[in-house]
Amino acid sequence: MSAYLVRRFGTSIVVVIGISIFTFMLLHAVYPSPARVVLGPRASLPAIAAWNKENGFAGSVLSQYWHYVGQVLHGNLGYSFKLNQSVVALFGERWARSAYLSGISLLLSILIAVPLGIYQAVKRNSWGDNVATSLAFTAYAMPDFLLYLIAIQVFALTVHAFSYEASQSASLFAVMGDWRSMTLPIICLTLLIVAGFSRYMRSSAMDTLAQDYIKAARAKGLPERLVLYRHLLRNACLPMITLVGLSIPALLAGNLIAETVFNYNGLGLLFYNSLQNEDYPVLLAYTLVGAVLTVLGNLLADIALTVADPRIRLATPSR
Amino acid sequence: MASPAPALPPLDLARAPAGGEIGPVQSGWRLALREFSRNRLAVIGVALMVFFILFCFAGPLVYHVNLLSTNLSIASSPPGAGHPLGTDNEGIDVLGEIMKGGQASLEIGFLSAIFAIVVGALWGAISGLVGGLLDGALMRIVDVLLSIPFLFVVLIVAVRYGASVLSLSLLIGIFTWLVPARLVRGEVLTLKTRDFVAAARTAGSSRWRLINRHLLPNAFSVIIVNVTFNIADAILAVAYLGFLGFGLHFPNYDWGDLLSNGTQYLLDGYWWLIYPVGIAIIATVMACNLIGDALRDSLDVRLRRR
Repeated sequence: MSAYLVRRFGTSIVVVIGISIFTFMLLHAVYPSPARVVLGPRASLPAIAAWNKENGFAGSVLSQYWHYVGQVLHGNLGYSFKLNQSVVALFGERWARSAYLSGISLLLSILIAVPLGIYQAVKRNSWGDNVATSLAFTAYAMPDFLLYLIAIQVFALTVHAFSYEASQSASLFAVMGDWRSMTLPIICLTLLIVAGFSRYMRSSAMDTLAQDYIKAARAKGLPERLVLYRHLLRNACLPMITLVGLSIPALLAGNLIAETVFNYNGLGLLFYNSLQNEDYPVLLAYTLVGAVLTVLGNLLADIALTVADPRIRLATPSR
Repeated sequence: MASPAPALPPLDLARAPAGGEIGPVQSGWRLALREFSRNRLAVIGVALMVFFILFCFAGPLVYHVNLLSTNLSIASSPPGAGHPLGTDNEGIDVLGEIMKGGQASLEIGFLSAIFAIVVGALWGAISGLVGGLLDGALMRIVDVLLSIPFLFVVLIVAVRYGASVLSLSLLIGIFTWLVPARLVRGEVLTLKTRDFVAAARTAGSSRWRLINRHLLPNAFSVIIVNVTFNIADAILAVAYLGFLGFGLHFPNYDWGDLLSNGTQYLLDGYWWLIYPVGIAIIATVMACNLIGDALRDSLDVRLRRR
């Protein structure tokens, strides 16, 4: 097992290095040097060359990449010359709000999708299963923003039950307490994630239901409730670990759209505003952070799976 | 087991299918097609897809409207005579706009899927067949690109360089060939240990011939299932771009642009600017997903009913 994890860890490091090369190349291609922005349109060419040299934007591509990696490793993700603030400071102000929105939606989704998937698998092809499947298919095919807009029109503009805008407060505690404005974004994001998760959960539970140990548990006269709790639930949830680990790119993209529609001041809205300002250091830094988080999510999911599944943990290495 | 097996009736091919005792040997593809056409959801998916392709590409040949000049005297009029789905804020017919927008959406969906499949299948086949160091390097590249949030990069490049149908297809294709590459590699890894590949090798087939004639056709089922999901993803990605305002530039637009425009009039209750095009996106994406699911079920021999 440890050999597997060591190899898995090594692969992740290689991938992270590859990601840094990719984001550097993209940044280099779309935004070779901020010198013009910093020094102004009337700066002389020698002044620009001097500035580039001083700030690591001159020399060979390799040396520039080296400078970039050095900066990132020292916790400097770049500088937004449009907002005149370091990217780390911009992220520091906002990440908690984004993490709250994603985290609570993800948590609610798991709490809903797991029982829903098991119910659908147990009552396969029943009326309830068909309704849930149709809803999941529709939500799955729907562009996120359409759901948000319909929700805003119905629940905020027609019924006036909730606010059409997410909480604008700077303090996270105030955001958490502001149910009137946070309910719509959280519920909508949750619905969209459940649509994806419940389909996997349903097929995973169906696979587990066909296993011999379920038949054995039933044959020995275990009440159905205990069969479901003790035997089905634990085994059917294993793929959920992987699924949650793999959901980070979807969460980042989901946050981008949700925060834009609901005007919620998190990382997604920052990305959208940076797109409009063509503020490439912020855009590429967020891409880098998102990619590294994705690798981390995959790695953690694999580790969690080895902990949770004795079949993986105890398997003798084949190679 | 002592009693001899009862003798089979004499082979009579003319009578056999009707009698149901012996049928002619059916090819895998025909079996798959039979399974596919028995799936009700799959037939609905195909019907929806055909409908939208005809609607978007043949529709404008029958339904002539002026999509270029504004007419403010009839701006934002609800559905009625002359304009079955009403007009937008510039007095342009919505039904005609949905047809034209759908062309861009479908074109990008199909083009990017073709790109993804061609590149992904070749990449995966080479990686799986050659193995060793090259396999490791090729697959790490796939890992790297898979980790990068695809929508972010598409948005960044679209903002920097502008967007056209071709550039968006290419851009989306660059980030969607990864999953097919992994799937095909996995398929090739199992296929290459099989006897018919060894036989082809012994007969002196070149690597290219092995990939082209033996491995890819056998990995085809994996590929074709993935095409449908790629199309769905691409259509949604373009809709996001259009909604955020970084999509195609006028006079080109896609369904996302139309929806984005319609949402500005959410407060005014102009539902015909939102719901028809919203339903078009949902139905097309859902058709792709339904077809993909059904294809996976019908091409997977283990799941097939015999």
